[in-house]
Amino acid sequence: MLPALEITDLTVAYHDRPVLWDVDLRVPAGVLMAIVGPNGAGKTTLIKAALGLVRPAAGQTLIFGRPYAEQRRLVAYVPQRGSVDWDFPTTVLDVVMMGRYGSLGWLRRPGAREREQALAALDKVRMVEFAHRQISQLSGGQQQRVFLARALVQDAQIYIMDEPFQGVDAVTERAIVALLRDLRTRGRTVVVVHHDLQTVPEYFDWVTLINVRRIASGPVQEVFTEANLRATYGGRIAFLGRDGVGAPGDIATGPVAPEGMAG
Amino acid sequence: MIIRPYGSTYAFFTPTVPHMHFLTVVFTDYTLRTVALGAALLGVVSGVLGCFAVLRRQALLGDAMSHAALPGIAVAFWLTGQRDPLVLLIGATVAAWLAALLILGITRASRVKEDSALAMTLAVFFGFGLVLLSALQKHPNAAQAGLKTFLFGQAAALVERDLAVMALLGVPALLCVALLWKQFKLLSFDPEYAASLGMPTGFLSVLLTTLMVLAIAIGLQAVGVVLMSAMLVAPAAAARQWTNRLSAMVLLAATFGAGAGVAGALISATARGVSTGPAVVLCLTAITLVSLLLAPERGLLWSAWRRRQAMAIPE
Ligand SMILES: Nc1ncnc2c1ncn2[C@@H]1O[C@H](COP(=O)(O)OP(=O)(O)O)[C@@H](O)[C@H]1O
Ligand SMILES: [Mg+2]
Repeated sequence: MLPALEITDLTVAYHDRPVLWDVDLRVPAGVLMAIVGPNGAGKTTLIKAALGLVRPAAGQTLIFGRPYAEQRRLVAYVPQRGSVDWDFPTTVLDVVMMGRYGSLGWLRRPGAREREQALAALDKVRMVEFAHRQISQLSGGQQQRVFLARALVQDAQIYIMDEPFQGVDAVTERAIVALLRDLRTRGRTVVVVHHDLQTVPEYFDWVTLINVRRIASGPVQEVFTEANLRATYGGRIAFLGRDGVGAPGDIATGPVAPEGMAG
Repeated sequence: MIIRPYGSTYAFFTPTVPHMHFLTVVFTDYTLRTVALGAALLGVVSGVLGCFAVLRRQALLGDAMSHAALPGIAVAFWLTGQRDPLVLLIGATVAAWLAALLILGITRASRVKEDSALAMTLAVFFGFGLVLLSALQKHPNAAQAGLKTFLFGQAAALVERDLAVMALLGVPALLCVALLWKQFKLLSFDPEYAASLGMPTGFLSVLLTTLMVLAIAIGLQAVGVVLMSAMLVAPAAAARQWTNRLSAMVLLAATFGAGAGVAGALISATARGVSTGPAVVLCLTAITLVSLLLAPERGLLWSAWRRRQAMAIPE
């Protein structure tokens, strides 16, 4: 089967300093994949280059075997929460409807249909009652869920998320995990930049370790090893006081309680 | 219902009521009507585009571009020897545009930060403009052309042809914003996400900056290069205080811009020797001050009052 996402020979430099060097990546369809690596490893740059948001020095991205530019509709991007000004004069519902702009064409305005889709997506992230809130009045976790809802209305095949768990409360974290699993159940592919190594085996089934170069990529049980982690993080790793991380038994499969998500 | 001392048609035209008389003159006097219409138009256009400038944090770019328009006006006059508004505004637009490109080029190609690039470009263009202006004073038509009024603005000098040129540039700019509303909104809020949806953000960004240049250009004669950026920034900043919706903010900024523009233009047109730019800026300052202090939710007095309430009621 064609991989959902295939990146080859990706090299990116800022001011002649390479931040990604010759990275290859194959993400099979239907997996939940984490991208991990230390700060400044180039994780954000990797997904931005894959999405055509930064110009690589070399490399290409294929989506289900075809160039990204032709397959843009199949990909939804969830940027880092801190990348926008949350004091922008707009409401939660309005932000979520932005997810439909790509399919609306140049001159059409979002209408009743887009509104309905946006409300349905807000329902999935338990944010319907916030639909008419000004976005500056949201907590960090709520902002993150608004961004997720905006990506959900795109109804994409591949979701690429930059640190969706960063600075969110435990309730939101569980809500997001449930959402990711729901996407996987429906056959979608999800790629998540993640920084909490402890939860990798529990939340994800594939993992890519990068630090400028790609260190390893594959199923969590195979590549999320202490040796690979040392290679990625250098000596700076003193965690998970056990060897053989990521045993399959670690993966929690229980449902996530929905009642807490309204917060 | 029988006695209506105020508000009747008769009272409106009674010449013995001084302020009523003033209004009557505005609506009947041809020159003042041209001035008021021009000021209203430029107020609307700069108010609308100023919202996007402020939300995209390009207020300083607006300031640099309006100062940078000065040499464009001077060169256009020098090349053609005439004071045709279209020619001068094209000169202004080209110069402002070049300045924007230069700023972009400097920040892209070097490690110079954007604020430094802005300041350098502003100083170089504006200085060059001032030099050209003094050199042009020897030109036989220069005094008559009133190039000096482009520094601080002279709305009273607006004639019908100026108005036509302003409308020629301003109305398409407003139409553009109306048509590409959702693109400009998303571009201002989250440009990278817009790009991920396949929007041509580079093109849209250049287009929006170009519309900003047009807004600046049509205000130059009435308000002047030195204070034109206030016309972009102040109505938008004031409008932001009163609403949490972009559409309402844009409409409100247009209203504030038109109001201040007309008031300032009339003040300077009726009081001899007052440039329009400073008069407009005074009106804008009043509007902005009131908005910063009094607006519900965001106003300073409002938050102070809320803090007091919170302290007065112990949990
Ligand atoms: N726009 C930029 N200009 C210059 N350097 C950048 C830019 N964005 C990121 N970098 C640098 O590139 C490296 C990788 O950054 P990033 O991809 O954000 O890392 P990560 O997301 O893994 O923390 C960092 O050293 C960062 O300082
Ligand atoms: Mg990052």
